[in-house]
Amino acid sequence: MRRSQVQARINGADIDFLCEPRQSLLEVLRDELGLTGTKEGCANGNCGACSVMLNGRIVNSCCVLGVEAEGAEVTTIEGVAHGDQLHPLQQAFLEEAALQCGICTPGFIIGAKALLDREPNADEQRIRHWLAGNLCRCTGYDKIIRAVLRAEEHMQEATKA
Amino acid sequence: MTTIEKPTYTIIGTRPIRPDGVEKVTGKAQYGADIRLPGMIFGRVLRSPHAHARIRSIDTSAAESFPGVLAVLTHADFPVAADRVEELGETAVNLKELSENILAAGKALYRGHAIAAVAAANPHVAEEALKLIKVDYELLPPVTDVRDAMREDAPLLNENRYTKELGGAKSDKPSNIASHVQFQSGDIAAAFADADHVVEREFTTKMVHQGYIEPQNSTASWNSDGTLVIWTSTQGAFSVRAQLSEILKMPVARIKVVPMEIGGGFGGKLPIYLDPVAALLSKKSGHPVKVVMNRTEVFEGTGPTSGTYIKLKAAEKGGKLTAIEATLAYEAGAYPGSSVGAGAMCMLSPYNIENFKIDGYDVVVNKPKTAAYRAPGAPASAFATESVLDELAKAAKIDPLQFRLQNSAHEGTRMVTGVPFPRIGHEEVVEAALNSAHYRSPIEGPYRGRGVASGFWFNAGMQSSVVVSVNTDGTVNLTEGSTDIGGTRASLAMQLGETLGIPYDTIKPTVVDTDSIGHNDVTGGSRTTFASGMAVYEAGMDVQREMLKRASKLLNAPETDLVYEHGGVHVVSDPAKKMSFKEIAAQSARTGGPINGKGSVLARGAGAAYGTHIVDVEVDPDTGKVTILRYTAVQDVGTAIHPAYVEGQIQGGAVQGIGWALNEEYYYDDTGRMANSSFLDYRMPTTLDVPLIDTILVEVPNPGHPYGVRGVGEVPIVPPLAAVANAIADATGHRFTDLPISPRRVVEELHGLG
Ligand code: FES
Ligand code: FES
Repeated sequence: MRRSQVQARINGADIDFLCEPRQSLLEVLRDELGLTGTKEGCANGNCGACSVMLNGRIVNSCCVLGVEAEGAEVTTIEGVAHGDQLHPLQQAFLEEAALQCGICTPGFIIGAKALLDREPNADEQRIRHWLAGNLCRCTGYDKIIRAVLRAEEHMQEATKA
Repeated sequence: MTTIEKPTYTIIGTRPIRPDGVEKVTGKAQYGADIRLPGMIFGRVLRSPHAHARIRSIDTSAAESFPGVLAVLTHADFPVAADRVEELGETAVNLKELSENILAAGKALYRGHAIAAVAAANPHVAEEALKLIKVDYELLPPVTDVRDAMREDAPLLNENRYTKELGGAKSDKPSNIASHVQFQSGDIAAAFADADHVVEREFTTKMVHQGYIEPQNSTASWNSDGTLVIWTSTQGAFSVRAQLSEILKMPVARIKVVPMEIGGGFGGKLPIYLDPVAALLSKKSGHPVKVVMNRTEVFEGTGPTSGTYIKLKAAEKGGKLTAIEATLAYEAGAYPGSSVGAGAMCMLSPYNIENFKIDGYDVVVNKPKTAAYRAPGAPASAFATESVLDELAKAAKIDPLQFRLQNSAHEGTRMVTGVPFPRIGHEEVVEAALNSAHYRSPIEGPYRGRGVASGFWFNAGMQSSVVVSVNTDGTVNLTEGSTDIGGTRASLAMQLGETLGIPYDTIKPTVVDTDSIGHNDVTGGSRTTFASGMAVYEAGMDVQREMLKRASKLLNAPETDLVYEHGGVHVVSDPAKKMSFKEIAAQSARTGGPINGKGSVLARGAGAAYGTHIVDVEVDPDTGKVTILRYTAVQDVGTAIHPAYVEGQIQGGAVQGIGWALNEEYYYDDTGRMANSSFLDYRMPTTLDVPLIDTILVEVPNPGHPYGVRGVGEVPIVPPLAAVANAIADATGHRFTDLPISPRRVVEELHGLG
């Protein structure tokens, strides 16, 4: 199948890649660009493991075609930390033991970051609503919700400081 | 936290960050599907669209000549497998059946049964080529329900299967009932005749899936020297290696299995599915081959847990549970080997009952071969026992927890197998539940109710090996072979830190491949923190002994005058003369060479786990929706090495149990097709379906472990099914005996429809 050339800005870097029109953005990230932090749990939009930011919007990358990323800005889990400096959400997930197997974690962190970027004071119920499209089978969600709440605190302390 | 006779520890009981954490929150950790090798190609599997069919022929020629296809595989490519049973962690498998489950031979026994596989440079090409494989099926009538399958006139999955009766006898006629087990003691007839109250009920549960988010995957490289390397997500790399060796007829040492990070398992990643397929595709094509399942394949082609039918009759006299009679029939799926035996053994374990008779039947049906799922067998049987107990408590006008407490098993009580319990913590757990803020709070309002239930799981021991290497800067490498599925690198490093009296962050634990460490049994049976923890303790003691030898030279004192304590060695007769762990390590090259410790255990003394859960619900009688208002899980955890991960296990298990109670099921149509093989339709709990899950950790140390560890991972899925059903009964006055208690069922039963 003919491959199209696509240009996108991924985690802050301008990237050119070739992809087949039938390849999803998830496949492109994982198989063509080696960004395997974005996970596949279902490939049909039901689990959120493949969440990435596309032009400031959170999307399931399994439901977006690679060619649709033309000219777009994409942020994946690999682009969340600044060098060795973890994002407050990443730090809070570690501190709260919010991951067991960790396969859902990149999707949750991308999803929660999209929420906190907009609503830094989201309460438990709001967080639950926002993250309802992300499945986790290990934790029962308790520690994930607590981690997001703790990250909010970290972020508020940081802005005060 | 309730603490009983707990020694003071420095590291155990703290909540450090897990060693593999940063890699996992930054997306760097390599899970099975993340691997990429030079020249790697992609495999896809063709699966039966029929639930039951004879395979007359398979024509792969068109697929083979399809451009881009590099190999095609069917069962004919496998060596002939031995008709022999192997222990596989928590479940035993017959190797011939295992190999026929991996690629069907002769018959497709369920929809989703793997028939053939294709490898191509591009996964989409492999997918297209599957459509070119022509399979000539002769359709046979399917049977998908356990009771239908037990009927004399049921379609037979295997005409040569006879029931293994008690004492090794065989049935006269072929049957779908693969085996019959029985446990009995006392005189149930007399106890029933003499009872104050008798309750008899029938229960059903549906087949449910472990639901791990990461699909099965395997990548294989068959090398030109005849060795094989497999990268896979598994709960047991050594078990994968052993099974591959049998199926491929290769010497064990020629196979290396590299355990990748694993995205959940819960028992479902004990059996193998793709590994032999990837291996032979690699052999045939000459390329490394990666095969990854999609979600529908995971539902239809891997092992869920049994749907069950349970009939249970129980008696009470003067507040004492006097008799239980039960019949359990569990779906094994396409091949024998359900968890009915464990279900039968667990169902009475929280209690002390003199008279019982339990019959269990293992029944094959045209559904995927079942696999272990967290405390396999126990949740369904506990659903029956704990529902009936609730009714008996009510009839006897006793508080349901009080009723459980006064009938509780304790040290010395015999299990149904006749084996007496060592020190167990069920009484402590029920007491903690009785005293909990949750249980003491009122529950009011229409259609609101509270339910409780207890559960038991054996926990396993089995074999573990670890190696501890002390570096000259005082840091330590802990090399282990147990899959870390939820924090065991941390729980093992913490136990080593405690044993050696050195800081947690000076220890680097690594899970290595099968070439690099001695045998380790699977991460299953809640055994890793317990048994590998014992191996770690032994390895730590080994290091201590070596350190004493070295210190004897360095301090110029006889070993008999030395003691290892608080991360160093000192002279007993002159305590000022001492050296730290780090100082001794620094001198190792001059005192006899590298300091290594080894731990190799066959762990006995696994301590049983008990949990009691309390749940408040609200039922909407119009929509049938059940809302979980509040949930508290109490559990005897022995010693909580890393309490946060212990709580996490309990919370995760409880929520899986809530899903099982309220929503999850394999929904079959008449042709034996699973109609809901996607996450959307299977409907596992989401963030919106559950509240925060409170945990109460009771610590009754396990006398069989140096730090009192009990397995914690499995028992939390046992109580929720009945706890939720009991709460709904309290809220509505109606007893639900069939799971899931879905909105539709609630509406139908409350309004007398259906
Ligand atoms: S993989 Fe995209 S939503 Fe599940
Ligand atoms: S931590 Fe395993 S799925 Fe969320």
